[in-house]
Amino acid sequence: MNPRQVYWLALALVIIALSISAYKIFVLKLPVKPDTTIDVWDVEVQITFTAQKRPVKVALYLPQNRGRFDVIDEHFISGEYGLAIQQFATNRKATWSQRYASGKQYLLYKVTLRRALSPNQSSASGKEPKVIPVPYSGASLVAATHIINSLRRHSADNETLVGQLLTQLSGNKRDENVALLLGNDHSPLNRAMLAVNLLAVAGIPAHVVHGVDLTTLQRNARRVHWLEVYYKNKWHDYNLVDGSQHIPDHYLAWWRDNKPLVTLEGGDKLYSKISVNLNPQLALQQHMFTGRKGQARLIEYSLLSLPIETQALFHVILMVPVGVIFLVLMRNLVGVKTFGTFMPILIALAFRETQLLWGIFLFVLVVSLGLSIRFYFDQLKLLLVPRLASVLIVVILLMAAISVLSFKLGLPRGLSIALFPMVILTMTIERMSIVWEERGSSEAVKQGLGSLFVASMAYVLMNLELLRHFIFVFPEMLLILLALSILLGRYSGYRLTELIRFKVLGEKH
Amino acid sequence: MFARLQEMRRTGVLGMNRRNLEFIFNYNPRKLYPLVDDKLQTKRLAQEAGIGIPPLYQVITMQHEIRHLATLLAPYPDFVVKPAQGSGGDGILIIESQRDQRYRRVNGEIMSLFELQHHVSSILGGLYSLGGHADVALFEYRIRFDPVFSNITYQGVPDIRVIVFRGVPVMAMLRLPTRQSQGKANLHQGALGVGIDIASGQTNMAVIANQHITEHPETGYQLEGVTVPHWQDILLTAARCYELTGMGYLGADFVLDRDRGPLLLELNARPGLNIQIANHAGLLLRLRQVQALPEPLPAPAQRVVFAREQLRV
Repeated sequence: MNPRQVYWLALALVIIALSISAYKIFVLKLPVKPDTTIDVWDVEVQITFTAQKRPVKVALYLPQNRGRFDVIDEHFISGEYGLAIQQFATNRKATWSQRYASGKQYLLYKVTLRRALSPNQSSASGKEPKVIPVPYSGASLVAATHIINSLRRHSADNETLVGQLLTQLSGNKRDENVALLLGNDHSPLNRAMLAVNLLAVAGIPAHVVHGVDLTTLQRNARRVHWLEVYYKNKWHDYNLVDGSQHIPDHYLAWWRDNKPLVTLEGGDKLYSKISVNLNPQLALQQHMFTGRKGQARLIEYSLLSLPIETQALFHVILMVPVGVIFLVLMRNLVGVKTFGTFMPILIALAFRETQLLWGIFLFVLVVSLGLSIRFYFDQLKLLLVPRLASVLIVVILLMAAISVLSFKLGLPRGLSIALFPMVILTMTIERMSIVWEERGSSEAVKQGLGSLFVASMAYVLMNLELLRHFIFVFPEMLLILLALSILLGRYSGYRLTELIRFKVLGEKH
Repeated sequence: MFARLQEMRRTGVLGMNRRNLEFIFNYNPRKLYPLVDDKLQTKRLAQEAGIGIPPLYQVITMQHEIRHLATLLAPYPDFVVKPAQGSGGDGILIIESQRDQRYRRVNGEIMSLFELQHHVSSILGGLYSLGGHADVALFEYRIRFDPVFSNITYQGVPDIRVIVFRGVPVMAMLRLPTRQSQGKANLHQGALGVGIDIASGQTNMAVIANQHITEHPETGYQLEGVTVPHWQDILLTAARCYELTGMGYLGADFVLDRDRGPLLLELNARPGLNIQIANHAGLLLRLRQVQALPEPLPAPAQRVVFAREQLRV
């Protein structure tokens, strides 16, 4: 074999990879850097109540697939209930019903939302909406009429009238008639409701929007309210907090009405809560998936055309070569000793779920506990395969015990230990104990630390967001990694540790 | 650091990557590995070629044979237990005497039959073999080592490692067990490496844990200037291992027996690099001299002459 062949092969691989990516960047205009402006949220509504041994009907408003957010996916966990979804002019509603139910009931609605790529009209019903009937009578009606008349005098059209009304409602200097109608409750919700009623007197369609602040990533998301007013053939948003027309873009419009989110018939002790979870990992794939679909053959037959879950899997798989190249560098260029060839990479993959510090802690914990039990097994003089099986069982027991303990202690991270590759842990314990016995404890600890070091660094590398995006969008970069590993396979120079090992030979005398 | 790198290059220190890439890959065909990885096969080859080896007493290949271990071993007052496919001296037990099914190791430790059986069972299970696959246990003659090294040996059997490249013995060292190495002659287990001059067969420098020393750390005797007996025989046998196995880059391990002279203990297809520290010389320059020969020297004796007279570093 011509030794040059290796270099030609590597060069060819690099050229192929670079030309494919150049085509993607300059012709198809794929983004080189991840675009993080589009996020994906998982929003969950939990409903609990007690049924009273008679027919039960639960109605829940649902977010709609329009406005500033798109509904990508939704799930209902309904148990024994029948489910019906209806679309109204301004709302979407789910109704769960059951002929007979008793005891504590539990319903769940889960929706995945994405920021809309092209935001459409917030409430897109084509025909002119109806004005609600005037809700006032007597003294209230007089006050309301007075307010509207006064506003009419000071405004040119409906737009300026609404503006004036909002200033009145949000400002500190309130007309005494407004103060009368508003009462003591100055919350944005109450002010919005008052605005809707007053606009009904003026003959302008309006409604309150109930929404959720998607930045409150807590167990109970903050509910927000604003006003929508119809004029000039369009709905207009009004922020009740500052009277402006600006609604923060993280406010999700959920339903429009003066009714609560959940209504219940045939039960009591109703409790509902909305929780929001931001999923930035999915964001990228979502954007890539829908934003670029159907542009070119190269894209159509690329990873971006795969279902989202498979894409998510490839996000991880494609990073493995990055970790492996690092491992090769560490072993053949530096000379770090590790237990097993690919063990550090598998550990690094497990770190993805546990996060680095917890991962290191859990790994050290399981390996050191497992090691001490392995030393005890050594005294029992067990045959090799049964001994390995025993260590594996012990490892699984340790994993279960650590999960339960950490959960009880309120450390949910500890649960992620279940994702450690148990066979790899077992083999690590076994090999470490043998090295311990044969080459001494310092060698065993040295190799253990070496493995952990390589695993941690590989984890950090494999989780660089920029690199992940880059490799995912340009998987041909793996050809460059292949070229690199082929070249490293022909590296015959010294390892870094050999400079220390052969120190005496490197000194002149 | 850079100066050290340059000096290492100048003196021809062979690194792990180059050893694997240029020498092991090119000169040791994969299919020949079983000949040296399996000590049983090496022994049979050597025996056929008339090369001196420690006599084999028993071979245990099946777990059920372990039950009869005491009976099988009864005729031998002392013996050595080895895994046939062990690496780096792992799993080797030296028993110096036995009495009432109690076995005394060279370090004075007493093993019960049960413990010995467990050790043999671990060997069969593959605990010490290279790929972790099933192995066989060898029981062989315990070397009564030549008193020439008794002053500089703590326990166990000193052995002589010769690196043979294309049949030419290029570098050699004496490995002396220490207290730390528990009677074993492997450097990574704490044994002492003493360089041997190929031309004269005399020891020159010594190294322990990558440090140069001149006296044995436990006996206090001078390590330098000891002449290895039967040196010509050792070099000749080492050179013959090339024809024996077909491997171009080999490590041959010998022991000097008081009665039987030099015996071939085992062969190694991936000999370690610490021999360079023991000799305070790089292997690469000598390997290059052998590579520079216009054609390979056919006779082992010719190659030994070349090694003793022409290898100059």
